[in-house]
Amino acid sequence: MEFLRPATWDEALVAMAEHPGALPVSGGTDVMVELNFDLRRPSAILDLNRVGELTEWSTDGSSVRLGAAVPYARIIDELSVPLPGLALAARTVGSPQIRNRGSVGGNLGAASPAGDAHPALLAAGRGVRVEAHSVRGVRLIPIDEFYLGVKRHCLAPDELIRAVRIPVADGPQQFSKVGTRNAMVIAVCAFALALHPADRTVGTGLGSAAPTPRRADLAEAYLADALAWESGDPPADGVVRRFGELVAAAADPIDDVRGTAAYRRHALAVLARRTLAWCWNDYREQLGRTA
Amino acid sequence: MTTRPVQAEKNLQRIDQASKDGIGQSPLRPDGTLKVKGEFAYSSDLWHEDMLWGTALRSPHPRANIRSVDVSAALAVPGVHAVLTHEDIPGAKFYGLEIADQPALAVDKVRYQGEPVALVAADHPETARRAAKRIVVDYEVLTPITTEQQCLDPETHGYVHEPHEYKARAHGNLCHEQRLVAGRGVTDEVRALADVVVAGEYEVGMQDQAFLGPESGLAVPAEDGGVDLYIATQWLHADRQQMAPVLALPEERIRLTLAGVGGAFGGREDLSMQIHACLLALHTRRPVKIVYSRDESFFGHVHRHPARMRYEHGATRDGKLVFADCRIVLDGGAYASTSAAVAGNAASLGHGPYVIPNVRMHALALYSNNPPCGAMRGFGAVQAAFGYESQMDRLAAALGMDPVELRQLNAVAQGDLMPTGQPIDAPAPVAELLQRAKDRPLPPPLDPSDQRALPGALSNTSHGEGIVRGVGYSVGIKNVGFSEGFDDYSTARVRLEVIGGEPVALVHTAAAEVGQGGITVHAQIARTELGVERVTIHPATTGIGSAGSTSASRQTYMTGGAVKLAAEAVREVLLDRGRRRYGWTHRDLTLTGGQVVSASAGVLAPLAELLGDEPVEQTRVHRHRPTAALDPETGQGFGHVQYSFCANRAVVDVDVELGLVRVVELTAVQDVGRALNPLAVVGQIHGGCTQALGLAVMEEIVLTDGKVRNASFTDYLIPTILDTPPIPVELLELPDPHAPYGLRGVGEAPTVSATPSIVAAIRQATGKALTRIPVRPEHLTDTP
Ligand SMILES: Cc1cc2nc3c(=O)[nH]c(=O)nc-3n(C[C@H](O)[C@H](O)[C@H](O)COP(=O)(O)OP(=O)(O)OC[C@H]3O[C@@H](n4cnc5c(N)ncnc54)[C@H](O)[C@@H]3O)c2cc1C
Repeated sequence: MEFLRPATWDEALVAMAEHPGALPVSGGTDVMVELNFDLRRPSAILDLNRVGELTEWSTDGSSVRLGAAVPYARIIDELSVPLPGLALAARTVGSPQIRNRGSVGGNLGAASPAGDAHPALLAAGRGVRVEAHSVRGVRLIPIDEFYLGVKRHCLAPDELIRAVRIPVADGPQQFSKVGTRNAMVIAVCAFALALHPADRTVGTGLGSAAPTPRRADLAEAYLADALAWESGDPPADGVVRRFGELVAAAADPIDDVRGTAAYRRHALAVLARRTLAWCWNDYREQLGRTA
Repeated sequence: MTTRPVQAEKNLQRIDQASKDGIGQSPLRPDGTLKVKGEFAYSSDLWHEDMLWGTALRSPHPRANIRSVDVSAALAVPGVHAVLTHEDIPGAKFYGLEIADQPALAVDKVRYQGEPVALVAADHPETARRAAKRIVVDYEVLTPITTEQQCLDPETHGYVHEPHEYKARAHGNLCHEQRLVAGRGVTDEVRALADVVVAGEYEVGMQDQAFLGPESGLAVPAEDGGVDLYIATQWLHADRQQMAPVLALPEERIRLTLAGVGGAFGGREDLSMQIHACLLALHTRRPVKIVYSRDESFFGHVHRHPARMRYEHGATRDGKLVFADCRIVLDGGAYASTSAAVAGNAASLGHGPYVIPNVRMHALALYSNNPPCGAMRGFGAVQAAFGYESQMDRLAAALGMDPVELRQLNAVAQGDLMPTGQPIDAPAPVAELLQRAKDRPLPPPLDPSDQRALPGALSNTSHGEGIVRGVGYSVGIKNVGFSEGFDDYSTARVRLEVIGGEPVALVHTAAAEVGQGGITVHAQIARTELGVERVTIHPATTGIGSAGSTSASRQTYMTGGAVKLAAEAVREVLLDRGRRRYGWTHRDLTLTGGQVVSASAGVLAPLAELLGDEPVEQTRVHRHRPTAALDPETGQGFGHVQYSFCANRAVVDVDVELGLVRVVELTAVQDVGRALNPLAVVGQIHGGCTQALGLAVMEEIVLTDGKVRNASFTDYLIPTILDTPPIPVELLELPDPHAPYGLRGVGEAPTVSATPSIVAAIRQATGKALTRIPVRPEHLTDTP
């Protein structure tokens, strides 16, 4: 097995082109586990840790370009204001050690339905783009097209994730994750909600609820329509309940050792109702301030 | 006679002073800092020049016949030095702690998923693993026997062990059963005496010890044809006793040295890689190291018996227990391990610390094609406690009584008889333990602004919505030491000599330090008995007599007792020497502060002078008082050495909509007889409570048709620090007259008692019946 350590991004892209089947490693919190369990025997490993720009982020005020390898700990510390949903999700990832190493680029690379960044990225809006580079050029992949199946994504074998472009939050965002212990747990299910007052839309993201992370389209449309954006009046109980039902209905969960499908649906409905209440409270406060 | 002229006042002061870091004090453990800093050498860190790495090929099937094993492809892998099957075993093919029914390598069939079939030694661990995958085993896969109903109907579902190969005491797919009848048993007339009857069925999932240091060791072939094994285990001598017949070596040519142990909790009581490493080392004439991976570890040791229990209790209107009728079915899995003793414990302790005039009990340990189960902290008493304590709450509800008062009303006390007929002849302050747990102030109400304090914590599932608080109580009983007539003893050698002008004690035992702090306490005992400061602990080896297992809460009692006897003998020899040499006639001599001191006459001589260059060494064997077997039908007998009791109060916050639980506080009140090291005692209670918390709300090996679905710490969840609440501990120290220093084994009682208190608290918060542990979110949300 070859161990490649490119010093620059361009070298990394060339190395990917020259070594089909090379496995990129960033924080290594997924890769090293898989290697230890002998789940993968790649012909080459491409260590991205010397490519400094991957751990940088920048913003033009309307969106954040988040370097693929920015660790969760820094997302929490530095990006809680522009990316509140993702920062909340980052807080739930693993343990302090994992949050110091693990990254959104790695979460996307792994494309696990249980990855915690995914629901927050989906909810952040349809404008979220995965910036994939190769020697052939750059693709901006809409987040909704990124996930193909359980642990499968749409990157070509020679492509690397350079960054993720995420619109700056224009309204309240929440992320909740159910696990059977109070820390360091893989999601039994997770839910992200974002209100987008700018265009009066709603973003959702479901984790551990289907073969891929997914959004609840019907629930989004229903809620966007039902919310009293103008007045800020709280949604009626029926609306909240219906939203929860639609979120649960959007899930296609399985029974596994972490939880049953029925529980997952149940919990998603609860999380949908609660996060809606929290987001709407925040929205009303914002309204109050701007009024 | 030469009494030194010294200031009497100063000397007398020294006499009164407890010896520094002696018993009753809390010197820090010598391994503690190393472990925290990652510098402690565990058995997995062992290394030897020229060593090979061993690994086992394990069965993927819970039940199958082996038609053939072809090792040729594995042998052909470059770097492979040996591939062994049962045909290469020089001696006996079966071993076992109590019943030799377990093959060292599968013989013609496999009885559980993960059973070792073949061994490989190679010059690199990865080479060994890859070669093992090339071994071709032709299995005839059979339907596994996994449920109680299947096990008890062998005519239809078959035998785990065929009748002709059966080695246990019982029959069919039963490994062991123990009945017990006390008073008039449970008959219709007895039932009629009760005004209120409650019945329930309860289930306990399969818990794992989840120690962090995987099974590992290093076997080094010796010149004499024997083998030296460096090993993380709980009982060196029992390992050796089981290894010798398989290796076809006399015991004295198998020498074991304890390597750094990363936790045990019962999971190292059975052999894991001991025989395998030695077989490979003897075969290749090279040192062989084996280290399990985490998933292999889940298949490489026994687990806690899952249990299905049926309890019926009757009481008078005013809450006095009239009868208890109990049936406890323990799934022992494919091999006996300690199932018989676990069932014995379940039977003799399974009615709890209560006076019950009429008892009928039937405890069974089954053979099945599930993973083998054996020793785990609490040993048969844990499962039962969930049953009887759940019943106490049910009964209290049926009677409209306070659950603590009901327990106190029926609590055993010194002088009472256990249903085995054994009198409780030491303090048993059960009612007081409960009272103290109840009297402690309750924690403040939930502060929803602290996200970490909420169920779900930083997973951000609630900001206070759906949270209900509950409080629950429980008390439990556990035996200390080996029971039912077992000849339980420990051996210690203590040597006192002058090193660098100072008296230094050397303590040698075969006791396994598995993290419990035994070496700390043994040194404290030597200090107290010999009045020295410096104590060296010799590595634990088979170079001295057995210490028995580090289990059953027994090592401070048993090996501590042996160290005390040996140190006392050293002291006697020394004082005799002084009497002969100096003509001392005092009757009030002690060894204190490095000197021989007379209470009346002051310092007589420094120890260093008395010792000179003639060290004193004494070896002693310590036995606890004998116990007796339980009658198989009536369960009567003086079965246990000592009882230990702990009471708990659990306070929980439950998110009743999501079914998530956060334990807010878990109070423990325990009688420890005498706390030889109060800090270590509290540590044991904290650990025991935390392991009990794990069983209450998360820890379970999940099985489907005999296959383990979560052999990893990704999905076998154990409590993190965010799941572990403050655990206030109150100690009672009521000395047990039969025990060294009056001490009482402490390690297991909280593991027995704490689980039911947490479940009781969750019940109070949710109103759910909760008859199965671990409690899952599904149970709390009525989702299938
Ligand atoms: C103890 C533990 C707890 C965990 N808990 C959680 C949790 O709570 N929630 C959660 O979501 N995850 C969890 N994980 C999984 C893991 O930490 C996350 O998926 C993390 O985001 C991975 O990031 P990384 O940088 O470490 O990725 P790596 O392990 O380096 O890589 C992961 C995958 O992404 C690919 N990859 C990495 N960088 C790139 C790139 N720039 N371009 C293309 N592909 C790339 C790799 O080839 C690999 O396939 C946990 C892991 C561990 C070990």
